[in-house]
This record gives sequence, structure tokens and C-alpha cells, in this order.
Amino acid sequence: MSASRFRISSRLSAASALLPAFLVMGVVYIGSTSWTVWMSLTSSRMLPSNAFVGLRQYEILFSNDRWLTSVHNLVVFGLMFVLASLAVGFLLAVAIDQKVRAEDTLRSVFLYPYAMSFVVTGLVWQWLLNPTHGIQKLVRGKPDTVIYCLVIAGVWHAAGLVMAIMLAGLRGIDEDIWKAARVDGLPAWRVYVSIVVPMLGASFATAGVLLSTSVVRLYDLSVSMTNGGPGISSEVPAKFVMDHLFERANIGLATAAATTMLITVVSVVAPYMYWRVRKAGVR
Amino acid sequence: MLADVDALAAEGKWKTLMPEAIVNAATRNGKMFAVPINIHGQNWIWYNKSVLDSVGASEPRSWDEAIAIMDKVKAKGLIPLAFSGQKTWERGLFNAVLLDKGGPALWNGLYAKRDQAMVRGADFRAAAETYAKLRGYVDAGSPGRNWNDATALVIQGKASMQLMGDWAKGEFAAAGKIADKDFGCAIIGSKGGGYVMGGDIFAFPKLKDPAAAKAQMTLAKLMVEPETQILFNQKKGSIPVRIDVDATRLDPCAQKAMKLVADRNQQVASVEMLAPPAMNGALEDIYSQFWNTPAMTIDQFVDKVVGVLKQQL
Repeated sequence: MSASRFRISSRLSAASALLPAFLVMGVVYIGSTSWTVWMSLTSSRMLPSNAFVGLRQYEILFSNDRWLTSVHNLVVFGLMFVLASLAVGFLLAVAIDQKVRAEDTLRSVFLYPYAMSFVVTGLVWQWLLNPTHGIQKLVRGKPDTVIYCLVIAGVWHAAGLVMAIMLAGLRGIDEDIWKAARVDGLPAWRVYVSIVVPMLGASFATAGVLLSTSVVRLYDLSVSMTNGGPGISSEVPAKFVMDHLFERANIGLATAAATTMLITVVSVVAPYMYWRVRKAGVR
Repeated sequence: MLADVDALAAEGKWKTLMPEAIVNAATRNGKMFAVPINIHGQNWIWYNKSVLDSVGASEPRSWDEAIAIMDKVKAKGLIPLAFSGQKTWERGLFNAVLLDKGGPALWNGLYAKRDQAMVRGADFRAAAETYAKLRGYVDAGSPGRNWNDATALVIQGKASMQLMGDWAKGEFAAAGKIADKDFGCAIIGSKGGGYVMGGDIFAFPKLKDPAAAKAQMTLAKLMVEPETQILFNQKKGSIPVRIDVDATRLDPCAQKAMKLVADRNQQVASVEMLAPPAMNGALEDIYSQFWNTPAMTIDQFVDKVVGVLKQQL
């Protein structure tokens, strides 16, 4: 008798403890997301309205040069930024792992950019690449190359974080493996490529996920470094949404863009989640 | 939500003393809900007098004349047009050229009536061509530059002229430069000019407390008094919102502006008053894209502008 009452009350307290989290989840995530999707099917301008217009906002969106450029930029930036950050971060970690002198100082130096916001990063690189009194040869001010400058600034910002993650991974590798490799007479680079990198899979995954999220929400770097310019050449999707939502009082188009972003992310993440769940289930 | 100021407006004859476009912008459903306090001119040309003297040129009256002057400046190795390549100012420059080539008729046709035929017309094309030509007169550092940094180039004599609103006057004043002596200001236009009027307003939320509501109206009334208007606008760089004040107490540029605004044909409402932000934003993207894409043809540009008008934003 008393045992079952205890079970009920413990279940009740567990449920009540989780209730706020469920409420937040329901209202903030599911509620706001569904509202955003609904708004994208209406003709809302400055204030939300429920006038249904079907997929008209999406038609406008996909005939909009600025949106198409934004998407293209995100793909270019995303690929280059993630790959370059991983590569630079890993190499930095390997370099620091060679028992160099002043390791602590160097570690702080390389991690330091990450402590700064993208706004500061953008501003610093805007000055560095200024065509009249910066590194003259570099390319800011040319529409076709500007996105690569964003990549440079982004990598400078993020490589330190990757380095820290990789360094933790490298330190976790058993000394015996190195000894065994030395006995086998393997050159160091071969050990890194064939043994260490595969063993660091988890570190690469962690860093990759962290970098990918900053790609999707890329906004502040573009705003502070070029404000989307010259022209529309360094626009990004998140900036498109923000500008149309607030500055341009065009809720319908902004939510259509936001929904498109959501669908894209979901269609990438969902198969991955499914795969992981299945893998866990099999095991 | 807002208290209307219509009683004050009637008492002070605001509707006859202020330009019609300004009154309209502050009016909803036949009542004034906002107190306009100034008029900002958006399409001034600011030029460095000694640079223009050095090439033997005088104040331009149209963009074609300005381009002729800028050719000489370019030959001297100076920056002809001080430019800040941010979307807002790329749009501002296009609008100035548009008004020059098409006058208020084209301006209102595009922004108020959304007349697609006018956009396909000769005047609009001429504006686009002149705008495209101006790309050749800015320096490599212009993309992303702030407007006041561009003004500084004119002040320092590194550039000959800049298109900017009358707020740029503050930069000249802060540098100790004097209007009509060190620098000049001109409203240019080959189709009879046109003074693009923006401005600031005060609006008052509706209050329950009658004493506070009375205080609101006292403040509103005071802000439009001629003396307040003169003292305020001397500092702000704009011009008084009423045309019956003593212009001689203002600087030479503001005096020019007062003379222009007194002429109904010169009054041009700013695009923000004529079209919603969604449309202005969409057009801004296109102007900016055109400015930064020399490969884009005039036809493509016109098609894109018409495309925005078709969206009925």
C-alpha cells in the first residue's frame, strides 16, 4: 500500500519537476516554430496577419537574388570554414603537442580569438583587409572574393577552439601507442595520419558539430565585417531573416526564409539522428 | 494609442505653414498624430571649394556637369566622388541621380504610383546609365566606408564632392569649416531640382492623467514655435519645419534650403514617406547589387526594379 503511494508521488514529483522544461519546449520551440511556419504562408508585413497566400512568399523568396546569393554564400562559407578550421586547429594542436616551450602561453594565444565575439573579429579583419590602408593586396571590396575573406576571419576565430579540443584528444592517446610505433619504425606523420587521426574521431565530431552550428547562425560576422556588401555579395540567410523581420517589416518573407533554413537543417540532421538511434538500437 | 495633435495644428495653422508632404506623413484618418520638428534634406552635394577652384570649376547644376568636373579632378589624381559604399548610401546616390534625370514626376511615379511604364521609360534608363557611370569616380576604399569618413575626404581636400544629407554639415562645422568659404552645398537637378525632405517627428502616447496630457500639448506647441525651431535647427543641421521663420539666422546652406522648400514644385517627399520599408528594402538590394556588379546591364536592372513593383509590397 504505502509502497505504491510512494511510487505515485515520486512519479508525480518527477513529472512536476519536468513540467517547466516541457512547457518551455512546447511553447518556445514547438509553438514558436509552428507559428513561424504558419506566418510564412500568410501575407504578413509589419504586423502578423492570418491572410493565407499559400506558397507565394516562397516563390518571391526563390526569385530573390539576395536570398540565392545568401544560400550560395552559406554553402561556400560552411564547407571552407569547417574544413579549414578543423585542419588549422588540428595542426596547431599537433604543433603544441610536441612538448614545446611556453606551451601555456601559446595555448592562450591561439585560443584567445575565440574569446572575442564575431562582431569584434569582423571589425578587426575589416581593418586588416581595408583596401586603402590595410593589407592592400587582399581582396575586400571585390564582390567575387569577399566571402573568402569571411572564411579567413572565421577560421582565425574558431581554429583555437578546435585546437583545444584536439589537444585534449591528443593528450588522451596512450603513450604506448607511440612507443609501439617507434619500435615499428613508423615516421611520425604516418602515425598521425593512420593511427592518431582515426582515434580522434570523437574530437573531430565534437568540433565539427560546434563549427556547423556557428555556420548556420552566421550573422554577426557578416554584419560587422561587410554588412552584406559590397552589394549583396556577402549576405547570409540569417541576415536576410533579421533584416526582413525588423528593418523591412516583411514578416511573411522573413518567416519563409527562416522556415527554409529550418527545413534544410532538419533534412541534414534527421537522417543522422535516425542512423545514430538505429545504431544504438542494434547494439 | 497615440494622442492626436490636431487641435494644436489647427490653432497654429500647421497645415498651411508646413510642406504638404510633411503634413501628410504625420496625418492618419484626417488627423495629425505626430509633431514634425524639422526637415532634413537628403540630396545635397557637398564640395570642397578649393578643389573645385583648382580645376577651374564652379558649382555643378546637374549630374552631367558634376561628371565633367569630376573628370578634371580625376586627372589631377584626387578622388572625384567621396563615397561610402553601404547599401543605404548606394540607394541615396541612385535616388539623387533619379531625381536629377526624371524630376519629381519620375520620383513620384516610381515610389508613390509604382508606375512600371515609367521605370521602362527613357528618364529612368538615363538615371541608371549615369549611376553606372559614377562607379568610375569612386576610390577603391569606398566599399563599406562610413558616410562621415567619406565627408572627411572632402573636408581634407582628398576628394572633390560627396552626395549626402544635410547632417553632413555637422562634420564640416566640427572641422571648423565655413559654408560658402571652405565648402559649398548644392541641390542639383536638370529637371528643375527637387529637395528631398525627410525629418524627425515627436508622437505622444495617450495618457489618462489630464495634467500630464496638458503638459504633452504644451511641449508639442513649444516645439513648433518659431524661436524654438530656429535655435533647434541651427544645432541639428536641418531646417525649420515651418516656412514663415526668419531664415537669415540660419547658415547659408539652410537658407538655400528654406528658399527651395518655400517653392511647392521643389518639395519632394522622401521615399520613406511614399513607400513601405519592404519595398524600399527590396529596391535598395537591387540598386546596391547594380552598383557593385558592373556586368549587369541596364535592361537587367530595369527588369529587376519592375519585378519589385510587381510584387506589390
